[in-house]
Amino acid sequence: MSAPPVLELKGVSKTFMVSPGFFKPRRPLRAVDDVSLTLGRGEVLGLVGESGCGKSTLAKMLLGLLPPSRGEVLVDGEPLTGADRKAVARRIQPVFQDPYSSLNPRKSIGDIVSLPLRVHRVGDPREWKKRTEEMLDLVGLPRRVAGSYPSQLSGGQRQRVAIARALIMRPEVVICDEPTSALDVSVQSQILNLLLDLRRELGLTYLLISHNLAVVEHIATRVAVMYLGRIVEEAETGDLFERPRHPYTEALLKSVLTPEPGLGVPDTHLGLAYPNPIDPPSGCAFHPRCPKAEAVCSERRPDTRRDERGRIECHLYPAVAAAAE
Amino acid sequence: MALLEARGLRVDIPLAGGTLHAVRGIDFSVEKGETLCIVGESGCGKSLTSLALMNLLPRKARRSAERLNFAGIDLQALSERDYARLRGNRMAMIFQEPMTSLNPSYTVGDQLTEALLTHKGVSHREARERAVYLLERVGITAAASRLGQYPHQLSGGLRQRVMIAMSLMCGPELIIADEPTTALDVTIQAQILHLLAELQREFGMALVLITHDLGVVARIAHKVAVMYAGQVVEAGSTEAIFAAPQHPYTLGLMECIPVPGRTERGGRLGSIPGIVPSLVGEMRHCAFRGRCPFADTPCAEDPGLRETSGGHSYRCHFRPEERRVTAELEASA
Repeated sequence: MSAPPVLELKGVSKTFMVSPGFFKPRRPLRAVDDVSLTLGRGEVLGLVGESGCGKSTLAKMLLGLLPPSRGEVLVDGEPLTGADRKAVARRIQPVFQDPYSSLNPRKSIGDIVSLPLRVHRVGDPREWKKRTEEMLDLVGLPRRVAGSYPSQLSGGQRQRVAIARALIMRPEVVICDEPTSALDVSVQSQILNLLLDLRRELGLTYLLISHNLAVVEHIATRVAVMYLGRIVEEAETGDLFERPRHPYTEALLKSVLTPEPGLGVPDTHLGLAYPNPIDPPSGCAFHPRCPKAEAVCSERRPDTRRDERGRIECHLYPAVAAAAE
Repeated sequence: MALLEARGLRVDIPLAGGTLHAVRGIDFSVEKGETLCIVGESGCGKSLTSLALMNLLPRKARRSAERLNFAGIDLQALSERDYARLRGNRMAMIFQEPMTSLNPSYTVGDQLTEALLTHKGVSHREARERAVYLLERVGITAAASRLGQYPHQLSGGLRQRVMIAMSLMCGPELIIADEPTTALDVTIQAQILHLLAELQREFGMALVLITHDLGVVARIAHKVAVMYAGQVVEAGSTEAIFAAPQHPYTLGLMECIPVPGRTERGGRLGSIPGIVPSLVGEMRHCAFRGRCPFADTPCAEDPGLRETSGGHSYRCHFRPEERRVTAELEASA
């Protein structure tokens, strides 16, 4: 990898103690299980997987909102745990899914966008105003909205406000958690165009969490597929979409409904429910739903294979001794 | 004769500042065994249309139509009591949010069997047998044990399957589904749509599916009606609409969505600048005028539906070859 990683996860795990029901003893739920990832400068890493796979827990750990149970999060090579929350917030900022609930309805747009400056005690009121206006210009909002309130804006405009707020401290990494899934199609395309423009102009690095694979395909440079807390496959976007290796990735890609009439609805053969993360299946966690499962899959967890195409965790692709870490 | 036929369907909501014309005279029909997708963005009136069909509109909203027939019955002449005999029985609805549309204080079994017990007067045992059969059909394992569970004990995907099973209990001729898969993962979405298509073939039901997802439309619909600002702006067979969209709004929508393998990765997507017009008060001009790159003088008048071959129609003053770009619109919504 040529670019130095802006963000690095080393064997990060997060375990929650949860009660499976009334009066039942609490048991560990491993939401994120030994995840190692790197984000190079200027990259867009797409993180995909079904609800409950641990995507959002991972994002919270990256933002320093949740401490990992094990492992380390490094920002520019420095560990994030123990670091000052504010120092982290200067470098990593989130954009959340729902622009209706992530903006304080009682604050004006100007206040919302400039809040990070005030929290970090950067500049004076004159500079706050100037930088807020610059940000509004940057995200394509008229300056006059600074005096408006969130309820006066449309969904797309609110998401632009959320992006302006995330960018005002000039962070290096933006964590986008489902940034367009609450928006209409015509607005989604505008926000995606904006994210792409901003990345080019400001050299931003994105972690894009989404269940919309078409969106991920469109803006990510690399994609990591998560299943039950683990990264089961990672590859360059084009490679992953054209030649998926993991049967789970294949099933995910198959279930993307492209607007092509006549193809019908695909049968993913994924079987029924997503497994209960409190009782993960033995061996490879995907084996109960896997059309290609063999005996070994329920007995032993596959090793991670790292090769020129990225990484894969599946018994169909045994780890090569030399390629192992 | 069509199973469901609506002509000039309107929904008006009186507000303090005037009347909101949420659905402004739309026409559509569905044959037995056919799937009609109504597609459009928030606020276009698609959900109110589905509620109007079921006579479940909010109290203040008024429904009117030149014709509104279901299986030869004039729906406008029905008393509320007769409507109740139809609803859940011969026409059923699947709502968007399985979380809020199931009653949290009754078991799945109670809710599943209610319609059958009410409409068909079967015994409790028969009703439970049918419930178990349908839960199995929608792919729920250990179906019998699910009957005693409460909605909160089920995952989102399972709840939506329960909703589908519930809509099938009385063997309806028509199912109206409002965004049945929007809240679900792509994998579950594919499974549920697959199931709906399969059940439709098997039981010959008609399906009206309300969605904003053109991918879903392309894969499941026989016919499509594109709604914008309370009107149907384009209608036709799925093949015709996707092969040759005619209305500037439909064209715009199609360019907005990234399609793996077709749109250039990282390239600019199309967009539809501007916002939906207010539907309060009378509107004389074309509803899409303010967002249309081809808007011109005639657009001050509402265009009628223009027919092309094969039942394909669209609401625009201009044929595609007659349009020229008149405005460079700035994207800022």
